[in-house]
Amino acid sequence: MATILFDGVAYGMLMFILACGLAVTLGLMNFVNLAHGAFAMAGGYVTVTLMDRWGVPFLACLPAAFVASAALGLVLERTLYRHLYGRDHLEQVLFSIGLVFIAVATTDYFMGSSQRNITLPSWLQGRREILGVSVGLYRSFLIVVCGALALGLQLGLTRTRFGSRLRAAVDDARVARGLGIPVGLVFAATFAVGSGLAGLGGALGVELLGLDPYFPMKFLIYFLIVVAVGGTSGIMGPFLAALLLGIADVAGKYYLSSALGGFVIYLVLIVVLVLRPHGLFARAR
Amino acid sequence: MLRREILTIAALSLLPVVAFAQDTVKIGLILPMTGQQASTGKQIDAAVKLYQAQHGTTVAGKKVEVILKDDTSVPDVTKRLAQELVVNDKVAVLAGFGITPSAMATAPIATQAKVPEVVMAAGTSSITEASPFVVRTSFTLAQSAVPMAEWAVKNGIKRVVTMVSDYGPGIDAEKSFSDRFKAEGGTIIENLRVPMRAPDFAPVLQKAADTKADALFVFVPSGAGAQFVKQFVERGLDKGGMKLIATGDVTDDDQLAGMGDAVVGVINAHNYSANHDSALNKSYVEAFRKANGGLRPNFMSVGGYDGMHLIYEALKKTGGDASGDKLMAAMKGLAWESPRGPISIDPDTRDIVQNIYIRKVEKKDGELYNVEFATIPNVKDPVKAAKK
Amino acid sequence: MSVTASFSRRARWRLPEIVFWLLAFAALLLPPGKHLLLNEIAILALFALSLDLILGYAGIISLGHAAFFGTGAYAAGLFCKLVTPDPHTGLAVAIVVAAALGAATSLLVLRGSDLTRLMVTLAVALVLHEVANALPLWTGGADGLQGMTVGPLLGHFDFDLYGRTAYAYSLVTLFVLFLLARRIVHSPFGLSLMAIRRNPLRASALGVPNRSRLIAVYTLSAAYAGAAGALLAQTTAYVSLEVLDFQRSADVLLALIIGGTGWLYGGLAGAIAFKVLQDVLSASAPQFWMFWMGLFLVVLALVGRERLGQGVRGLLAKVMP
Repeated sequence: MATILFDGVAYGMLMFILACGLAVTLGLMNFVNLAHGAFAMAGGYVTVTLMDRWGVPFLACLPAAFVASAALGLVLERTLYRHLYGRDHLEQVLFSIGLVFIAVATTDYFMGSSQRNITLPSWLQGRREILGVSVGLYRSFLIVVCGALALGLQLGLTRTRFGSRLRAAVDDARVARGLGIPVGLVFAATFAVGSGLAGLGGALGVELLGLDPYFPMKFLIYFLIVVAVGGTSGIMGPFLAALLLGIADVAGKYYLSSALGGFVIYLVLIVVLVLRPHGLFARAR
Repeated sequence: MLRREILTIAALSLLPVVAFAQDTVKIGLILPMTGQQASTGKQIDAAVKLYQAQHGTTVAGKKVEVILKDDTSVPDVTKRLAQELVVNDKVAVLAGFGITPSAMATAPIATQAKVPEVVMAAGTSSITEASPFVVRTSFTLAQSAVPMAEWAVKNGIKRVVTMVSDYGPGIDAEKSFSDRFKAEGGTIIENLRVPMRAPDFAPVLQKAADTKADALFVFVPSGAGAQFVKQFVERGLDKGGMKLIATGDVTDDDQLAGMGDAVVGVINAHNYSANHDSALNKSYVEAFRKANGGLRPNFMSVGGYDGMHLIYEALKKTGGDASGDKLMAAMKGLAWESPRGPISIDPDTRDIVQNIYIRKVEKKDGELYNVEFATIPNVKDPVKAAKK
Repeated sequence: MSVTASFSRRARWRLPEIVFWLLAFAALLLPPGKHLLLNEIAILALFALSLDLILGYAGIISLGHAAFFGTGAYAAGLFCKLVTPDPHTGLAVAIVVAAALGAATSLLVLRGSDLTRLMVTLAVALVLHEVANALPLWTGGADGLQGMTVGPLLGHFDFDLYGRTAYAYSLVTLFVLFLLARRIVHSPFGLSLMAIRRNPLRASALGVPNRSRLIAVYTLSAAYAGAAGALLAQTTAYVSLEVLDFQRSADVLLALIIGGTGWLYGGLAGAIAFKVLQDVLSASAPQFWMFWMGLFLVVLALVGRERLGQGVRGLLAKVMP
């Protein structure tokens, strides 16, 4: 029982890191970025390539994946995305699905279409008995890293100057501009951080989720679930939603038969959204 | 009504067709070149190209032209492409078919148009029964699962949990393995299934671990194999004394090199290993890698390679006559040496008869390979064999 | 001008419309070869039309419209296998079954933001996909529903290998349902939907029964999608799990956005553009067509459909003074 819970938490934490950038762009910047998974995939491929070709240690790949995806996000935001802020949601869907297609085809062309894997350093492999519960070392590592990141993000958003500028820019871009807040820059930086986090999540997820050129499509549904259930008014909502998703998914598959286990998560989603249309953890507006 | 209409239209377009058919035989190759199954499509496409590069594009005085189409693994698209290839391009043979539903959807076209359908990948047993024009050069899952069950019983494995992906081929594998294993006196503790959209194997593995079985028999589609094995090891099941036995999809050559040392020691049964010890295979692997930037050929590739061989040999036998009935008659019973070993086409079922090898993943020259250590010769599809 | 006159002016048939339909029917006389693709286009067009009814006219965005498409396909397939091979009753049954599902699930999409609706519709489709996979005795599971032998059209025309009958069948169905949709959106009912989409609060203040109108249009849209699914099942004599796939919902949404929402020809134009482009691209670059498709979508979104349309018109005006 405790092991199942632990597995679910680790899985959920990973989902949070992957999806939180989407929560920010969608919730705070009101942009439907269905191409979010492409940034995660970029981080994953950076890691695989660095480790395979140049033998870079796993830990060093993580920041590299973050930086690479963040840079990619920044470039795309400045050149393409910013032209679509404030446009119709449907045009944003068109645009971001187009990006996904391009990302998939390009990755397929350069990296091949088969699954890629990495070999973790030996200190992250295997299991330990902790307080009578057998836990996987890599999953513990995930929980620690992702937990710390979530905490950092929450503090950054609520306690720093940048966080308050971002919230101001979102609430009313015109007034914020009038107050001298460089709205464009704030958005660009936010977008870059969100993409970078996705990249980091992609790097961390190679071991658990695998990596192929169709990653952005395969996991899009999961990202959307996290954001929809968590609500889009902050970081804590998606965080709790991701944990819930992870635990429900793992426990559903363990305790129910496979036929039911497959869709219990979607039924939960429907019930939650019908009862709480703005997400389970959204503050009432 | 139908036949009359086809005849009318055929008659209308008779002249150009005849003039054309005299010198060219077209093969419509329908594969998933994009989408989740893209790696299957790429392997087969590469093998088909290699075969033509090695054996020329002319056989029995006919020029053989391959038309490649991407069906994105959507069966209704496969069917439409097959129809278009038959109607517009007048192909003599349909080939490829990455997944079972695609092959199934096309079978009525093969029957209606009397065009042979050479299945180069899809592995559900019943495909060859869908039309008298279907012939298969890949494998059936039962072909691998049944020998695995027999081997397990002989090697002291008594209690087994099975775990398969919850779709047609997985259920085929589960059933044929379980039936044979029980018939040989073994015990199946539980049949576990995982949903296709299941990126995390943790819960099912935990369930398997709780049963304390001697071995876990597993089938997952080739893309998911690596994650599965890794999580199996990560959960410490191997150290807990549970053996991992599988069909060869799990340790697919395409990805084996990148799977890491966790897969070393996995025992599995399948029809082809890139490490198969024969002169023909050595030259095949070398040529394949050279032509495809170091890509290692997998069991899908030999399905494509042998499929082309089957078409070429049938054309030789008919003296270049590419009519469907004659080609089918020529294909039945053909036998030859493939990179995977000796194979033949069963004249009754039009399914492939081939050796199944029991392999163990080992490191050779710094790379991971499925090393064959036992051979079960001339295995026919057990599902169809059981029906008789 | 009186209100009535202005509305009846909007509902009048214009020349381009008539030319469009004449061309569509004239395509039946083409030499065999392209009818299969045309059939697929007609089916996607009907499917996109059904999505337009809720998205363009009622503002309900859906990422799970395949739920109804797939339900219609399985209903038609099973009906053909178990009851009678007659395609017409099969089509009617599929429409009724899909409409019933639409009515039942419409209650789920009455409230909430775009994102909520997106996710609820998506989840409904995913649940149905899993259910279909879990009932292999009925649906054939991942192997697909086999053994359908569809009877001849009007008891006379067989579905041939060339797809001409199939295209005729799909096109006529599309045309009839299009006429009906055209009639509906120009009726007071359709206008009240537009009012709800623009401002739900104001519409209800004006006495529009928002809830029942949305339920009605959602049910209607589900029925249309079910008809499209039934056409696919009957013209290909095969149903696979892919009819309920996420990809199918995404494709139809893409097609509709490409063509433009809120005018009935949007779905039709989008379906033509999407399918023809995909066919041409994937024929010339089977491995790499997604790149060009993606590029097209990105450019289309960046430039904007309206400006692109104006550009083309301007160009035409220059070329043909």
